[in-house]
Amino acid sequence: MDEAELHRITEQLSAILRYAAKLDEVDISGVAPTTHTQDAVNALRDDEIQASLPREQALKNAPKCTAEAFVVPQVLT
Amino acid sequence: METLYSLGLQQALTLLNQGEISSVELTRSLLQRIEEVDGRIKAYLSVGAEQALDQARRADTERAQGRAGLLCGAPLGLKDLFCTTELPTTCGSRMLEHFIAPYNAAVVEKLLAAGAVILGKQAMDEFAMGSTSEHCAFQIPENPWKAGRICGGSSGGSAAAVAADECLAALGTDTGGSIRQPASLCGVVGLKPTYGRVSRYGLVAFASSLDQAGPLTKNITDCALMLEVIAGFDGRDSTSIRRPVPNYRGVLGRDLQGMRIGIPKEYFIRALDTEVEGAVRKGIAALENAGARLVEISLPHTEYCVAVYYLIAPAEACSNLARFDGIRYGYRDPESRDLLEQYCRSRARGFGEEVKRRILIGTYALSAGYYDAYYKKASQVRTLIKEDFNSAFKECDLIASPVCPRTAREIGAQQDDLLSMYLSDVLTISANLAGIPALSLPCGFSTEGMPIGLHLQASHFQEEILLQAGHAVETQLGISGMKPVL
Repeated sequence: MDEAELHRITEQLSAILRYAAKLDEVDISGVAPTTHTQDAVNALRDDEIQASLPREQALKNAPKCTAEAFVVPQVLT
Repeated sequence: METLYSLGLQQALTLLNQGEISSVELTRSLLQRIEEVDGRIKAYLSVGAEQALDQARRADTERAQGRAGLLCGAPLGLKDLFCTTELPTTCGSRMLEHFIAPYNAAVVEKLLAAGAVILGKQAMDEFAMGSTSEHCAFQIPENPWKAGRICGGSSGGSAAAVAADECLAALGTDTGGSIRQPASLCGVVGLKPTYGRVSRYGLVAFASSLDQAGPLTKNITDCALMLEVIAGFDGRDSTSIRRPVPNYRGVLGRDLQGMRIGIPKEYFIRALDTEVEGAVRKGIAALENAGARLVEISLPHTEYCVAVYYLIAPAEACSNLARFDGIRYGYRDPESRDLLEQYCRSRARGFGEEVKRRILIGTYALSAGYYDAYYKKASQVRTLIKEDFNSAFKECDLIASPVCPRTAREIGAQQDDLLSMYLSDVLTISANLAGIPALSLPCGFSTEGMPIGLHLQASHFQEEILLQAGHAVETQLGISGMKPVL
């Protein structure tokens, strides 16, 4: 981000967080958080071996790759 | 026939089944229509004319052999976040500008299995973040009812394309109103199904506990048909619910005798435009005329919905969007010398400003020290919002309200006032937080001719009630055939 973008976004984020402080008005003591709106728990499937994406398909969209791997800038020197 | 493109989905299928028209003719007519009007509407990011005609030829063959599926030969459009192997999936972002998915989304598989023809991919706010489609990295789709007006968002291109007769129907997604709000602003029908009703496999994820795919159509019958095709359990989406899919078209035409319509006082807010309120009241009167009775209800935590949403959705988004690292797919900055620089610069250049803003809010809301104050608290208030609905649905079967406080504004206006844009989502957000189904359908026009939508919400998996009531309103008001002049 450049300086102008940084400045603009900082102000906008502050406004949003000030607005979010509205939640302080609510009494949430003893209220459990909701992360999932349905009653379903632990959707498990049978542990069966299934075909996965072929390698050339998985590599198809890579910005840089070899015939068998993604290529990234050197990590260890 | 010159105006095949203007047919509704069910209408077109009837003519196809009677042998009056072929899918190839119908598809050509729609491709021609796109060519003629999309320069003005800018609804499509990509059009796959050749593939569409191939699919149409195949559909005509299948029908001739007596193997026609529910949507056999019907040309449809897709919001550009459904993965497709034959067309790019950009999600409205530079990040995915050249991305071709290695598999089709579950709903795309279902459409194709039903014989549908895919015309192309439609414009949207980048990564579905926005309610105007102005955050699309490539083009801003315009409202077919008036040049220079927004068509809403994030599924704006899809709503505009349906309204402009550039497809018979479309699929969009809705995280905080992204199907219903553009449907309302463009004068078409839009349904957000119950969370878990439709598989999210193969959708580019925004906020995983809120996202749901659903249809945008020219009328309620078409909406019921589309839902019938796309609904159902899918083992590849762990939040998909194992539950039979009803015959949604079976309830259409029944009267509403005994149905209780809840009118939430918190939804008729001061910011509501008087013309919007007038049209919505007419829609509610139509429900009464069909036999329903009104009850006043209260959803006391409504005023906190926007704050809850703009913490939870960005929190989930920042986690989902961490995958865009410039390594396996998506934009990679070509000049970076080391891995960290590559991550930073690829994301800085690949994402637009609204996406960056939400990633930053989400990261902050989840960070150590602020997690309890923001994300956890928002999740707790979400429980109270959900309980509001549980209590309300003991007193009523359906909740009726406006979809948006105002009709479509001009493109570019108000863009700096971020918070007021977020606040305009106030009436649609709660359905996503509670996971309930909700429908938007046309109920009138403003004096300057802009469409107004009626919002109906029901309890989990009660899509049939929404469609039954929506059909009654549509029949009485008789405005579903009205078209913009293009």
